[in-house]
Amino acid sequence: MNAIFFIARREFAAFFATPIAYVFIAIFLILSGIFTFFVGDFYERSQADLTPFFNYHPWLYLFLVPAIAMRSWAEERRSGTIELLMTLPVTSVQVTLGKFFAAWLVLLLALLLTFPIWWTVNYLGEPDNGIILAAYTGSWLMAGAFLAISMCMSALTKNQVIAFVLAILVCFLFVVSGSGIVLDAFEKWAAPGVLDTIASFSFLNHFDTMAKGVLALNDILFFMVVIGIWLYAGLLIIEQKKAV
Amino acid sequence: MISVKNLCKSFGNFVAVNDLSFDVNPGDIVGFLGPNGAGKSTTMKMLTGFLTPTSGHVRIDGRRVSKNTTQLQKLIGYLPEGAPAYDEMTVYQFLHFIADVRGMTKKEKMAGLSQVIDQIELHDVLDQPIETLSKGFKRRVGLAQAIIHNPQILILDEPTDGLDPNQKQHVRNLITSLSKDKIVVISTHILEEVSAVCNRVMIIAAGSKRFDGTPLELQQQSRYYQSVTIKFSYAADITGLLEIDGVDDMKVNKHTGEVTLFPAKGQFILGPVTEYIHHYKLPVDRLHVDQGRLDDVFMQITS
Ligand SMILES: Nc1ncnc2c1ncn2[C@@H]1O[C@H](COP(=O)(O)OP(=O)(O)O)[C@@H](O)[C@H]1O
Ligand SMILES: [Mg+2]
Repeated sequence: MNAIFFIARREFAAFFATPIAYVFIAIFLILSGIFTFFVGDFYERSQADLTPFFNYHPWLYLFLVPAIAMRSWAEERRSGTIELLMTLPVTSVQVTLGKFFAAWLVLLLALLLTFPIWWTVNYLGEPDNGIILAAYTGSWLMAGAFLAISMCMSALTKNQVIAFVLAILVCFLFVVSGSGIVLDAFEKWAAPGVLDTIASFSFLNHFDTMAKGVLALNDILFFMVVIGIWLYAGLLIIEQKKAV
Repeated sequence: MISVKNLCKSFGNFVAVNDLSFDVNPGDIVGFLGPNGAGKSTTMKMLTGFLTPTSGHVRIDGRRVSKNTTQLQKLIGYLPEGAPAYDEMTVYQFLHFIADVRGMTKKEKMAGLSQVIDQIELHDVLDQPIETLSKGFKRRVGLAQAIIHNPQILILDEPTDGLDPNQKQHVRNLITSLSKDKIVVISTHILEEVSAVCNRVMIIAAGSKRFDGTPLELQQQSRYYQSVTIKFSYAADITGLLEIDGVDDMKVNKHTGEVTLFPAKGQFILGPVTEYIHHYKLPVDRLHVDQGRLDDVFMQITS
């Protein structure tokens, strides 16, 4: 248990020892601002909520989370520190969780730093802050799912760029699996049950209700299961590489 | 005690370690020798639980490393090849981190830290990020990290690689002082290191064990072991030297004029040779007895 904490603390500090975390947070804040105020018609809607802000989160995460996660394993492999880490008396589970929590915390920090947007909407009107809090929670949970996928991809290679591209690809599949294009493509030949199954994997579908401030148990469970499965997959890859 | 039985490791079709068996007991300082690519690092990675053997197994105190990895890793201090470390951390942060993850209590940590910082003389670089350190200091940080918890088993992969002669000497002294009643396995391709630090030599080549014995036994395998080299003041009749009892062969160095006499296996020829020289009043400038040339044996064993 302690080991998870020490590993997470080291990882978290490493994000800030290099410009990575700062760059990530800056880009996240700038893009959320642009999407919310310019692309998302925040003012024109003249509604006191943050729906435009949250609606773009899946697309922001699609590129930014793989960028944060690409080094997690790949860099350890490239620099050889993985050998150091995995010969300390800690399990791969502890290391995986430590790495995950550290990066997830950076994502939380980035989300929290969007508070000026929340402040603006409170200044301009009287939004339901419970709904906003729920949407923030949902967004963070979804970010965790992106993160677990991206970390798993990072475990596959020692090349960060490859890890980044793979992560975007897989995340993209999860984002769009519920969208019209994909479902149309399957509609012609797949059974309706299959279609529903594909759609049910979609991050967009599950996040949609959350972005509106409804934290349904099945959406929460969905993201938690996705996180669990992908962390486990990453773990299997790490264990598998020991045996080559 | 480490017990290795029929250890094999393949990467795809390539066999890196091939049926290796040996035991290491407390007090043993094993020099693990072999040409590049012999499988030294791969073997060490299996000893420390980083890699899982393809077949065979490693036991420490009777327990299999691949089954009880974390418990057994507590007993081991390991310096991986190239001394990898988290570059962005300072030396002090890094050592702290290792001690924390190793589960050392605050008191143990402080004691361990101040001891290794003294032993390895890291005072001057404590607050320096590891990426700014010279190769020699980086290696020393790696060493500090490996011994911070005073492990019973010390596995060091090329601990003196990239150090200057003074630093090499320092590290060798350190290893000698640390090694009391411990198990130490160091890999190296520097032959002198073995006679300087180790009480046991194991040579592997192409993944298989080729030699296991004391440094003296290794030297004794040399053609030059107990050979006598003579420098004559001026040309003399040396044909009779070959007839001396126990002399097996003779070699004349055309450049220096030195004559080397090789003994038959297990023979000591210094006595008979000096007697012969006295008897025939040969004009000898210098004479010395060789203790064996390790590079010579090494080539012979590994090729
Ligand atoms: N992960 C790996 N994948 C494929 N081949 C490897 C791997 N690790 C080591 N090898 C090969 O195994 C052989 C032994 O390597 P190594 O144990 O590092 O040798 P040494 O440490 O004795 O120089 C080398 O030929 C090396 O190329
Ligand atoms: Mg090596």
